Amino acid sequence: MIEVALLLGVFGLSFAVGYALISRVPQRLHTPLMSMTNAISAITILGAVLLFSTEATVLEQAVGAAALAMAAFNVVGGFVITHRMLRLFKTRASRRE
Amino acid sequence: MTSGGWTWLTDFAVIAILIVGIWLFRYPQRAKAGNLVAATAVVLALVLVVWRHPGLETGLIAVFIAAGSATGWAVAYRVTMIQIPAMVAFQHGAGGVAAFLVAAVELVRESPDPTGLAFVAGILAMVVGAATFSASMIASAKLANRMRSTPVFLPRHNAVLIAAAVLAITFAAGIAGASPVLAVTCATAAIATAAILGIAFAIRVGGADMPVLISFLNATAGLAAALCGIVIQNRLLIACGATVAASGSILTYVMCRAMNRGLSKVFVGIAPPGAARPAEFAAMEEKAAPAAPPPTSSADPFASALAALRGARSVILIPGLGMAMAQAQFEVVALGSRLEQRGVQVRFAIHPVAGRMPGHMHVLLGEAEVDYAKLFDLKDINADFAATDVAVVVGACDVVNPAAATVDGTPISGMEILRAHDAAQVIVCNLDDGPGYSGVPNALYGNPKAILLFADAKATLSRILAGLDEPQ
Repeated sequence: MIEVALLLGVFGLSFAVGYALISRVPQRLHTPLMSMTNAISAITILGAVLLFSTEATVLEQAVGAAALAMAAFNVVGGFVITHRMLRLFKTRASRRE
Repeated sequence: MTSGGWTWLTDFAVIAILIVGIWLFRYPQRAKAGNLVAATAVVLALVLVVWRHPGLETGLIAVFIAAGSATGWAVAYRVTMIQIPAMVAFQHGAGGVAAFLVAAVELVRESPDPTGLAFVAGILAMVVGAATFSASMIASAKLANRMRSTPVFLPRHNAVLIAAAVLAITFAAGIAGASPVLAVTCATAAIATAAILGIAFAIRVGGADMPVLISFLNATAGLAAALCGIVIQNRLLIACGATVAASGSILTYVMCRAMNRGLSKVFVGIAPPGAARPAEFAAMEEKAAPAAPPPTSSADPFASALAALRGARSVILIPGLGMAMAQAQFEVVALGSRLEQRGVQVRFAIHPVAGRMPGHMHVLLGEAEVDYAKLFDLKDINADFAATDVAVVVGACDVVNPAAATVDGTPISGMEILRAHDAAQVIVCNLDDGPGYSGVPNALYGNPKAILLFADAKATLSRILAGLDEPQ
């Protein structure tokens, strides 16, 4: 029961902290923001990794392989696209440098 | 599995790094650093998990991660800024796939207590993950113009949605206590019905509402990840997933508010043109139709536009999605620079729902090397139109349609628009006089201030740029 409360507590606290921080992100950064949080949501890669215990059956490993590849695609693709977009964010002053 | 102070400490260190990343993201100049910090947090989380579980097939893991990463990297370097919304939607889907696969294997393998939180979370992770996946594929196809963006209505659409959701949850619950073969069958059936749920949900959302749908799927992808985290009792997964769910919720709310429409209204879809339209439409169409040409079109509208720009001291440029479709963002930015060289005050007005996802227009103009200091949000510039000589609309329709304020019962009624019609003159560089995504005829076209240049925006702007260079 304590474990359940802790897990839900982590969820609630993270949601609240995330909400407080992200509601201050300006409109012009919303596309990169969504792209970055998209990459973060592929944190399910942690779950996919855990499917590869040495006792896993072939079926479990096959499903795990698909999950792992998808999540890795999402993590790397998300952060790289965000980086590319943010490189475009310049003012005339910063461009001269 | 993970107990003791040390694991708590390392988990919170990773979460703290992630928070720092998001903290930095609030400022345009630091966002790049923020992104790299967040990426570092995810890599650290991965290293921690592998470190803590010695009995893993690390060789296989490395191979599949490398394959996925290489594909992700290659695709991320090829997409253009116009393709970004379709790409992001596709990635929401990839996250959904990972979530439902992990949850399905955990439920079938561990068969947790059917009355416990882990089991309930597992069912929800499967359903939310699979529905996010299929809805994202539909959204991605619509955003990439590989599918018609008009809403599709099924007979008894709401009943179909509810039935699919109930069936998916029932199948998933059937995993409890089932034999291995039956459990796998149940899991497959649950994923398939949840996928149908996602498709039925997404086909009803129209092209104009894509910014809301993509934000909502951002939130559900995060929720699916967090639910997965509850199943495997991993705090890092829960924290990251919850943060993303919060972010997606904020963006969904911001988009709904910008369109002045409730979430339920957006997802119920806009009635297709022809079905039960308000009586005012017909009158407006007559007013806006080229059959009754506005006074300015008696002269050559192109010459009038050029004269207006030559005489202007202040100009506001209003880019819309049509600009992106015509690939005219480079010409728009070039027009801005050219006018500035002539001593004109130039600003860009960006409507919150311009483009196909939140903030899309800023990225498109960024690709054309715009000076970000010249981009203004609706609330910061709307009062200034009245004191502006010329407003130039490029491929924007619904977001400048005064009918939003004057006609009730349309999809854009009550939406705050950019008040282009307050400027002394308005140059409209749209493809044609047709209505925008909402299907509402644009009342601006009937305004005597409007100079209508209906053609491909890229060609029109190139002509204007050449015209400005000619000696007077």
